[in-house]
Amino acid sequence: MIDILQLLIFGIVLGGIIALGAVGVSLLFGILRFAHFAHGDMMTLGAYLAFAFVAGLGWPLLAAFPLAVLLTVGVAVLIDQVLYRRLRRKAPVILLFSSFGVALMLRAIIELVWGPDTVVYDSAIQLPWRIAGLRIKPDHVTIVIGAIVLVTALHLFLQRTRTGKAMRAMADEPDLAQVTGINTERVVIWTWIIGSALAAAAGIFLALDTRLVPLLGWNLLLPVFAAAILGGIGRPYGAIFGGLVIGISTEMSTLAIAPVYKPAVAFTIILIMLIWRPTGLLRGR
Amino acid sequence: MSLLVAEDIHGGYGGVDILNSANLRVDADEIVVIIGPNGAGKSTLIKAVFGLVPIRRGTVTFDGNAITNQRPDVLVARGMSYVPQERNVFPTLSVTENLEMGAYTRTDDYSADMAAIFDIFPVLAERRRQPAGQLSGGQRQMVAIGRALMVKPRLLLLDEPTAGLSPKFVDEILERITAINQLGVAVLMVEQNARRALELAHRGYVLVMGACRIEDTGANLLANREVGEAFLGGRAAND
Ligand SMILES: Nc1ncnc2c1ncn2[C@@H]1O[C@H](COP(=O)(O)OP(=O)(O)OP(=O)(O)O)[C@@H](O)[C@H]1O
Ligand SMILES: [Mg+2]
Repeated sequence: MIDILQLLIFGIVLGGIIALGAVGVSLLFGILRFAHFAHGDMMTLGAYLAFAFVAGLGWPLLAAFPLAVLLTVGVAVLIDQVLYRRLRRKAPVILLFSSFGVALMLRAIIELVWGPDTVVYDSAIQLPWRIAGLRIKPDHVTIVIGAIVLVTALHLFLQRTRTGKAMRAMADEPDLAQVTGINTERVVIWTWIIGSALAAAAGIFLALDTRLVPLLGWNLLLPVFAAAILGGIGRPYGAIFGGLVIGISTEMSTLAIAPVYKPAVAFTIILIMLIWRPTGLLRGR
Repeated sequence: MSLLVAEDIHGGYGGVDILNSANLRVDADEIVVIIGPNGAGKSTLIKAVFGLVPIRRGTVTFDGNAITNQRPDVLVARGMSYVPQERNVFPTLSVTENLEMGAYTRTDDYSADMAAIFDIFPVLAERRRQPAGQLSGGQRQMVAIGRALMVKPRLLLLDEPTAGLSPKFVDEILERITAINQLGVAVLMVEQNARRALELAHRGYVLVMGACRIEDTGANLLANREVGEAFLGGRAAND
């Protein structure tokens, strides 16, 4: 029983991180109709930018976090305006391939600047709290609280603001959004802002939970896509749910299979979903 | 002077022209109905007026100004709004949010206009928090029309507002359209329920193969034998 609860905690931590990435993938797909392959490397970028402030300038992570998120957003919007914007009138598959190129470029730049070696934010060993037989790391609490705060902020943005509602409208029916007079370019830019900010946060949380390597985000791309598909692509709330399901089932899988096979869980879920219910559990596109 | 005038419109989707010299006009206080066989180009004509299908030859004027091939958002700002034939609501957005999206281009307070729309369609007021996708077909059409009314248009373009509805809802929607017209909104609509639509229309056009073959008052078109045989008799039995 304790084992299961312990794995559940790990699963929620991982699931929260995956959810933050999957929301962006899902929103971007909903608005621009393409799978953003550079999303994982966007996470990596956020994580390394935070590392630059922490290791380079000696800032606490809490101060590095917002600035790293902001810079990642800047990079994402810049890439969109310089590259993707010109390709939007073409087929979505061209956007998909160019995002693959962006993924490789981002990763190459990260390796060039920070090197291929593993680094960490804080090399001090964290002693877990022991509560009723469970081991809880302070970092895990930080991650879960951070994810809850961000998801709540996202929820308020989508439900309460004019731009957030326009974003949902455009994900629903892009043609109708256009004839209604919604400024679709503005919505696109906001989608990049939200998606890349959450990706950067996910990257920093993942690096906090594990270690920083240039493949950090790329390795998480499969579970992130699985979560977005599971939740119904184009549905941000579905993506959050999908993230938690993937995170928890990945950790729980170690009850039955060897931990080295953990990554296969997301892959299996993608396969099952695509065959059994391609529109997602919560009915997306 | 007519509010909307379309003259000698040619255009289509890039290949062969769908519209071949279509002409129509709508006066400021009118309900004008376009009827015609499937594939005649009725939807295409409305889309061409609204800047969604390129016009290769011909002119459209709105309130005396040329608006040929003008972008939809510009036309919305000028007082025209459009309800597509299909996919005309945002299904995951609530009724209220759909109406708010209709007012996206407005920066002033539109709460009075939303209240007025709830007066026209009281059932929407009861369902205001429900996602539009969960409503019945008739209620969805009400949301779609309400959304288009949020910009206080002078001309409302409707593409088959009663398609697929039960007779009860057909009556209700058409009656509401008359009420909207009486509030001072000109209406140009395509209708498959030709008999019912012509009864309430001031004028009508019969569009065949991309050209307006017959133009007359609603009453005269109803009495016209050719129109009756082609569009009213057989159809009415099917509807
Ligand atoms: N997006 C499109 N691309 C290419 N051709 C199209 C497109 N939409 C319609 N068409 C073609 O244009 C012609 C006219 O279509 P349109 O939709 O205007 O007819 P309609 O009179 O509205 O018919 P219906 O009563 O079925 O709604 C048809 O031959 C149709 O196949
Ligand atoms: Mg049509």
